[in-house]
Amino acid sequence: MEQILSNALGELLTPMTAAYALAAIGIAMHFGFTGLLNFGQAAYMLVGAYAFAMASLAGLGLVPAILLSFAASIVLSLILGIPTLRLRSDYLAIVTIAAAEILRFVVSTTGLNDVTGGPQGLSGFAKEFYALNPFPVGEYGFWAWTMDEKGLWVRVVAWSLVILGALFVAQMIRSPWGRVIKGIREDEDAVRSLGKNVYSYKMQSLIIGGLLGTLAGIVFVLPRAVQPGNYGTGLTFFIWTILLLGGASTVLGPIIGSMIFWVLLSLTEGLLSAGVSSGIITFIQQDQIGGIRFMLVGLGLMLLVIFRPQGIFGNKKELYFNA
Amino acid sequence: MNQLTQRAQARPAKWLGAVILLMTLIFGGTGANAATPAPSDISSDFSVGGAIKQGSANPVEGAVITVVGEGFEGSATTNARGKWEVAVPAKGTYTVTLDLASLPEGAKLKADFSNVREVTIDKVNSVVALFPLETKEGTGPVEPAPTTNVLLSRIFAGLNFGILLAMAAIGLSLIYGTTGLSNFAHGEMVTIGALSLFTFNKVLGLDLILSALIATAVVTAFGYTQDAVLWRPLRKRRLGITQMMIVSIGLSILIRYFLQLVYGGETKVLSQGDTWNVFGVLMPALNVITAGIALLALLGFGWFLTRTRIGKATRAVSDNPSLAASTGIDVEQIIRIVWVVASALTGLSGVFIGLYFQASWDTGFSILLLLFAAVTLGGLGTAFGAAVGALIVGMFVELSTLVIPPDLKFAGALIVLILVLLFRPQGVLGRKQRIG
Repeated sequence: MEQILSNALGELLTPMTAAYALAAIGIAMHFGFTGLLNFGQAAYMLVGAYAFAMASLAGLGLVPAILLSFAASIVLSLILGIPTLRLRSDYLAIVTIAAAEILRFVVSTTGLNDVTGGPQGLSGFAKEFYALNPFPVGEYGFWAWTMDEKGLWVRVVAWSLVILGALFVAQMIRSPWGRVIKGIREDEDAVRSLGKNVYSYKMQSLIIGGLLGTLAGIVFVLPRAVQPGNYGTGLTFFIWTILLLGGASTVLGPIIGSMIFWVLLSLTEGLLSAGVSSGIITFIQQDQIGGIRFMLVGLGLMLLVIFRPQGIFGNKKELYFNA
Repeated sequence: MNQLTQRAQARPAKWLGAVILLMTLIFGGTGANAATPAPSDISSDFSVGGAIKQGSANPVEGAVITVVGEGFEGSATTNARGKWEVAVPAKGTYTVTLDLASLPEGAKLKADFSNVREVTIDKVNSVVALFPLETKEGTGPVEPAPTTNVLLSRIFAGLNFGILLAMAAIGLSLIYGTTGLSNFAHGEMVTIGALSLFTFNKVLGLDLILSALIATAVVTAFGYTQDAVLWRPLRKRRLGITQMMIVSIGLSILIRYFLQLVYGGETKVLSQGDTWNVFGVLMPALNVITAGIALLALLGFGWFLTRTRIGKATRAVSDNPSLAASTGIDVEQIIRIVWVVASALTGLSGVFIGLYFQASWDTGFSILLLLFAAVTLGGLGTAFGAAVGALIVGMFVELSTLVIPPDLKFAGALIVLILVLLFRPQGVLGRKQRIG
């Protein structure tokens, strides 16, 4: 029992939780503040992960690798935004989700095995990052949060980035630029009649949110291999659930949302698993628990959107939900 | 900011993209090679792998294997020597599935072997999961068919796939047109159709035609109930269309994993019967027949939409609901009928797609984006446009395999979608004022 609890609470600080939080802040920028329906955040994470990994493996060094993934992310925003930002919002939704799948198909095709690793993906690219680790070898933390020096280093970097990202978005939203962006969310035509170039503002928002997603993609792969299978539509939908859980038009919401999401998911998995192995739950097998987790996510997403669309921290007045 | 400065900004970014691409091409190869021998960081020391062969001389290329477990999901395709490997993040138990649909024609597992296996990585870092196939009679590669036949068979396959897609796409388009809902759970109706056929035909052993009818009825009932229980109350609450779309995403995930729970992860084989020779192309008789029935269903539906009162009312509602209501059309009644008709078409499409591709818990979801592509290509919300779009998508998917690797064929169709939006956003048959 204590093991289940400590596993679940351990999720609070994992780099994965941080990466999802960062990606969700990106969609908060897109959807919560600008009203853009980006269903392709997985594409930005994929671009971040692959550009970073490929550049690192090519020996370009840590900083150029990160800059390259940012450049790739901006290119992706332009490709997605130019045809769709003038159209109705559901077009952007379909195009972004399609683009994410196209990228996933392309990186996992066996024809590109030498470049992207094909279905196997890439690994061994984060050596330089771990070489910068200032913490001496040893064990850190306590109870649920025990980790080695590598774990500590990843967590410190990941959460610093989350905090920086959140502060950056909060500042942007409070600025005059942010007021225009929120105006676009409320009434595009009104903003246009004030002489603002709505298209350009939308594009800027798409790029900024995309960059946050790309950064999330890099953070996500630091402790693990790049695997094309991880970048399916499920990834994007998880991030959306996190965003809507915390509150789409908030900066803190995605962070807390990500923590709650992963703790709850780990807790249900632990409890179900314990129930099955002790014979209390008999109608499912151990290997079916993963599927039940997904079912709960789907149900949670539906109930959230129907009954509390503003999320836990959201303000109902600041709720953008209509195209 | 005006247009000009914006363009000026866009240019260097595009230029940068070219540089990245170039760098990837130059450095990517050496990088990946350098990584293979000794992955020394904490990320990935573990792997599952194996080889798939029809006898020792006949490796199978292009078979797809998925590995799921420990919160990880990955897949691999066998190479020219039949080998595959998936790097996994941690020790633990993984479920390895061989996608039977990806095997070449005639290849099948040896009796008593399942296409789903469990492997445990514990003491060693890499384990082997074997899927023994029956030895192919006669060694050496099969005589390649002449090119004209390949082309013709691709065209037939494309038409066939397009017609099956069209039925489901019309369903999606009708619902979108009348209620504004981009229904992400539409793919699950296809899946339910295919899996219901499996239940009645293979599990309960009913006659194929009877099972197909029951399966279609099951999906129709499911569509009606779905509208009555979920969507109608949500329309009453005046939920926005974006919210409804996200609700449908949640519903899609919920149904999909429920089906996985009930039916398991493996592919259910549904195809049966003999093959016919059509203009020199060998095709399963069942596919020819189902394509014919599907075509009849489409024509019948066209007649319904243009010639009957209800059909005309449907088109009126999808054009402008409030105007339709003011002329005395009961909009809610029409929406109910639309859900029933759309579900029936989609269910039938699911049954046929099951017979064509075999059925698994994510059959529908894997073609959902193609359906959206078809609907968008034809023009959002126009039923006939969706049919035309579906035929284009189906043809494109099948014909593109002549040029690009088969594992990229869905990507090609989606690229067409983006190009169409760029140059003709209202779709092939859409009217310009439809876009906002």
